Amino acid sequence: MKTFLKLKKKDWLLIIIIICVAGLAFFLHEKIGGRGANCVTIKVDGTIQGVYSLAEDQEIEINGGTNLLVIRNQEANMKEADCPDQLCVHQKPVSKNHESIICLPNKVVVEVDSSENSEFDAVTN
Amino acid sequence: MKSRVAYFGVFTALALIFGYIETLIPISFGIPGVKLGLANLIIVIALYRMKLSEAFLLSVVRVLLSGFLFGNYFSILYSLAGGLLSLTVMAVMKRQEGFSIAGVSIAGGVFHNVGQLIIAALVVETFSVTYYIPVLLIAGLLTGLLIGILAGGMLKRLAELSF
Repeated sequence: MKTFLKLKKKDWLLIIIIICVAGLAFFLHEKIGGRGANCVTIKVDGTIQGVYSLAEDQEIEINGGTNLLVIRNQEANMKEADCPDQLCVHQKPVSKNHESIICLPNKVVVEVDSSENSEFDAVTN
Repeated sequence: MKSRVAYFGVFTALALIFGYIETLIPISFGIPGVKLGLANLIIVIALYRMKLSEAFLLSVVRVLLSGFLFGNYFSILYSLAGGLLSLTVMAVMKRQEGFSIAGVSIAGGVFHNVGQLIIAALVVETFSVTYYIPVLLIAGLLTGLLIGILAGGMLKRLAELSF
């Protein structure tokens, strides 16, 4: 094994640089990733009901009043729901990209998004 | 002179077969798109034993052939971008003093992934693929190291052969 693995000083340097860049990229993505988030998409039973900006404080009645979503301080929080378990109401507010609040009984999905994002995350063949 | 053509043919066949063998190995790294890149072993050896122009030609021929045989338009595009960028970087690295085969191969593995990611970003037209960068860098590092170790061992055993 030793005869195969003869890494020179510059090889180690290269390895360290690559690991550092990877770490930096990871760190930057964690930092910046949430920044693009500026709106919430509300879906009921899979169909989009509306897209609302996180920038302005507002209260949104979903599904004719079964759920009440409150946007305040760039965060979206489910304030009221008429379902028995109240799981979505107890969930903490969402503000970062791709965070979501889901109310299963009413089939309501609230997802944070950035408005520049295209409809598709990726295309595969 | 004739033997050069023969060797080129053998190398092309080897690269193709290695690429095929790889699909038979049921080892998954658990991350889509990450694979060992056994065919690159042949490319690395070609880089050290053949003319640079021949190594490039080998890389292109391999990608086109395996693309037509097993892949599609997109896989050719991705492989070509990855393969050519990887080989270019490896050729530059090889000329620098102080890098071993493993080091050159590591750079090759990393830039193979970077080339594919660039194409992915262009095709999908978003930068959301950037979250994949750290994963692909580390994956390229590990696979490149492994290929480098293998290539080093093989080159030593092929020492008496010259093509």
